Amino acid sequence: MAATQSFNRQPMEASVIRSRLRLAGLLALALSALLLSRLYVLQVSDYSRYQTLSLENHIRLQALPPVRGLILDRNGVVLARNTAVYTLQVIPEKVGDMDLLLHEVGKLVDLEEDDIAVFKKNLRRRPSFEKHLLKSKLDDVEAARFAVNEYRFSGVTLEAMLHRDYPLADLTGHVLGYVGRISEQDEARLDSAAYQGVSHTGKLGIESYYESLLLGRSGFEQVEIDAHGRTLRTINRESAIPGQNLYLSLDVGLQRIAREALGNRRGAVVAMDPGSGEILAMVSAPAYDPNLFVDGISRETYQALIQLADKPLLNRALYGRYSPGSTIKPIMALATMDAGVNPQERVFCPGWFMLPDSTRKYRCWKRTGHGSVNLHDAIEQSCDTYFYQTGARLGIDKMASYLFSFGFGKQSGVDLPSEPSGLVPTAEWKRATRQEPWYPGEDVITAIGQGFLLTTPLQLARASAMLASRGRLVKPTLLRRQENPLTGQAQETQVDALSEAPALAINEKDIEWVIRSMTAVMHGRRGTARASGRRSAYRMAGKTGTAQVVSIAQDGEYDAKSLRETLRDHALFIAFAPVDHPKIAIAVVVENGGSGAAVAAPIARKVMDYFFLKRLHRAALTGAFGVFG
Amino acid sequence: MFSGRRLHLDGPLLIGLLVLSALGLVVIFSASGENWSVMARQGLRLGISLVVMVAVAQVSPENLRRFSPHLFAVGVILLVAVLVMGAAGKGAQRWLDLGLVRFQPSELMKLGVPMVVAWLLTRSQVPPRFAIVLLALALTLIPASLVVVQPDLGTAIMLVVSGLFVLFLAGIRWQHVLMMLAAVTAVAPYLWFRLQEYQRQRILTLFDPWADPMGSGYQAIQSQIAIGSAGISGKGWLAGSQSHLEFIPERSTDFIFAVFAEEFGLIGVLMLLLLYLFVVGRCLVMAYHTRGTFSRLLIGSLALTFFFYVFVNLGMVSGILPIVGVPLPLISYGGTSMLTLMAAFGIIMGLHARRRLMA
Repeated sequence: MAATQSFNRQPMEASVIRSRLRLAGLLALALSALLLSRLYVLQVSDYSRYQTLSLENHIRLQALPPVRGLILDRNGVVLARNTAVYTLQVIPEKVGDMDLLLHEVGKLVDLEEDDIAVFKKNLRRRPSFEKHLLKSKLDDVEAARFAVNEYRFSGVTLEAMLHRDYPLADLTGHVLGYVGRISEQDEARLDSAAYQGVSHTGKLGIESYYESLLLGRSGFEQVEIDAHGRTLRTINRESAIPGQNLYLSLDVGLQRIAREALGNRRGAVVAMDPGSGEILAMVSAPAYDPNLFVDGISRETYQALIQLADKPLLNRALYGRYSPGSTIKPIMALATMDAGVNPQERVFCPGWFMLPDSTRKYRCWKRTGHGSVNLHDAIEQSCDTYFYQTGARLGIDKMASYLFSFGFGKQSGVDLPSEPSGLVPTAEWKRATRQEPWYPGEDVITAIGQGFLLTTPLQLARASAMLASRGRLVKPTLLRRQENPLTGQAQETQVDALSEAPALAINEKDIEWVIRSMTAVMHGRRGTARASGRRSAYRMAGKTGTAQVVSIAQDGEYDAKSLRETLRDHALFIAFAPVDHPKIAIAVVVENGGSGAAVAAPIARKVMDYFFLKRLHRAALTGAFGVFG
Repeated sequence: MFSGRRLHLDGPLLIGLLVLSALGLVVIFSASGENWSVMARQGLRLGISLVVMVAVAQVSPENLRRFSPHLFAVGVILLVAVLVMGAAGKGAQRWLDLGLVRFQPSELMKLGVPMVVAWLLTRSQVPPRFAIVLLALALTLIPASLVVVQPDLGTAIMLVVSGLFVLFLAGIRWQHVLMMLAAVTAVAPYLWFRLQEYQRQRILTLFDPWADPMGSGYQAIQSQIAIGSAGISGKGWLAGSQSHLEFIPERSTDFIFAVFAEEFGLIGVLMLLLLYLFVVGRCLVMAYHTRGTFSRLLIGSLALTFFFYVFVNLGMVSGILPIVGVPLPLISYGGTSMLTLMAAFGIIMGLHARRRLMA
């Protein structure tokens, strides 16, 4: 019955359904049009946007950091190098439970609290999709142990990277400085394009001064990656260009001798070639190990270092500022001869000097007095009375112009960062900075290197070199040669172009006269440093200096034993040798060392002995080769 | 098509299906990372499905109609069984492990629901009275709600839609449609809170996938990048970087259209859409010309459901619909959906081929 009913209803039902089928067909077409318009938008209108997104998705530009240039001494001894080390890097975004991860990693690798503290600090600072350093130097065992378990730690990778290393540690620390992680301040200062993929930059010393030479140029690698960040293949590659290898003028052997000669005193030794200005040794004691800074020094270690009274972080050779004491007497001697004073003219030294119309006594270091001395005697025996009179006669401005011409009171232009200029006082300077007139008494003490005058050991060495080269002021340099590690192409530092013409024309006879007196300091019967000049295989010229740290009351007694050590006099010494054709000029400062003759001069002698013995030794060797060659 | 006619097949429809399926194999080969064994497996499934299609086409319309309620009842029982003891798979209980094969009863229901509704409407008059509409809705919602708690929102929606299509074709009155819409609007807030968190997330993501590009928006964004970066001509077969570098999740199954669109561009997309429209259009024409209300309703609703699958899948992959787990018919990798689809086309061909017998 149902069948019949449906048969009867068929035509009517068919027309209902057919009209709905037509409607459905139209609807389907409409929806298809909707889809097509959407796809048109995606594939045609927004095509370039999605194409960019797609490329960004799978093409990644990776920077290839350049290998930093090596630093070597003049004989090719490596002072700064790059060694391969393993580091642990974490991409926090890929880590589920960070504390659990640190705990688990800690079972395999020795994670110190410092490592974790620094890591956690960075976690808050830097985006979580970037790599964060967890531990910088894994030893081989740790690296191997982690490598085996790496699969367990998603987001943690073991990476080999080059690590700056200073094999001679504190011996060359002050000169080289160090590299450290690029800080926020560095980022603001540095050109980010040049530092693609580079994590460290020079912070001090040569590493900082020659940053642009050492850095090299980053390369790039265009790689295809998959959704998991795995590198699939390299599309394009531009290799990094390594930094220049820098050969310094330092002689590590000489450096070591100077360091050992200073022992555990505070002080500095600077030795240079008076002809070229090349610095042969630059030592500051105490020193520090620059390796501590490369991967970020811990707060505690740093605090400990800066709180030490000895200030090991201070490079005294460059930044230490000292009263030069009697070491400037040869310069004062030239000034007085230039002013027309006859060097043979005698002055009586009763052990003190008094300005006319004054009752104040300026004491000579020898309380009993030197008796009658001429200029030669005054230098040989370092008579203060003679030079008090010289100072009173010359006046500050004449003395200052001589001091300036010997390189004091201004930067030497050495290739190290933030060089201080020291201080050469003038009447004008005193008026400007202290609102006070210049007093005649200040002329008197300036002549023996006391008072406002401040010099650095480097400036003293340079002045010594100027005396040695008979009046030619050179620019001290550390960089001797730079070499391209790929091509081996080398570029020597041009020394001639760097030397300056002397500001004053110094009379040749006068300077020889002064040098004879300085020779007498070392080899004369009454020379202050005759103990250090005795039985040398070469002839030296020198001048001792003892600079007061505290002023002694008018009739007070200087008693080293009763003074706290840090208030004792600084011991100074400048010298060069051989007298006739000088090959080395040197300055030694020993803080609170007491007497320059007793403490500073022997150090210079040791350095020079090594320098000349080695030179003789090498001459003998080349001579031997000469026979066969 | 002599042999076709004797086997109760339809030549144009068969050609359309074969072209689509072959295209599917080509895309799967690329989406699987040029894996021959994956393609071979899909080819085997296609073969089996075609055999099933031919077999189903041999069932007489009368038997099909008579056994519709039975098929439906069996389907409901199996759905309950799945819920009770179904093995867990992909975080959802959809499978029934029958030892050798894992069977998805919800797939059976994709045929069972339109069949039983067509059967119901054929028993009374067309257009249906309101009581019948309600009864049809009930028959649709029972299996749909069993599927939704699995939870499989995508299939549940498809089941409801397939039932509604039958009602629509049967000439349901517009005021009834409005009433249904009002009812849905009333219960929508309740349903929203009954949804699983990930389902809610998917719907929210539709409005702004970039709100969570590495999380719930990832699929949507990556597939849109794949489609958009193809341009008009596409990146070429096997050259889609988004898919080959594994940026597109589920690229062989639900998101295979992204792979296709990336490699073949707008031109390919247009061709694919035309192929689908050809298949749907051919079926609608067959529904138009067939005889018998049951045949007309069933062919029409199966064709519309097929189109709806295509629309929902392309809509979700191209980012105009939320991401519901609906495969792209005949292209996506996977056996069950292919089997169901081919069975549906078997029904369509069988019903149409014997239109003269349905007097």
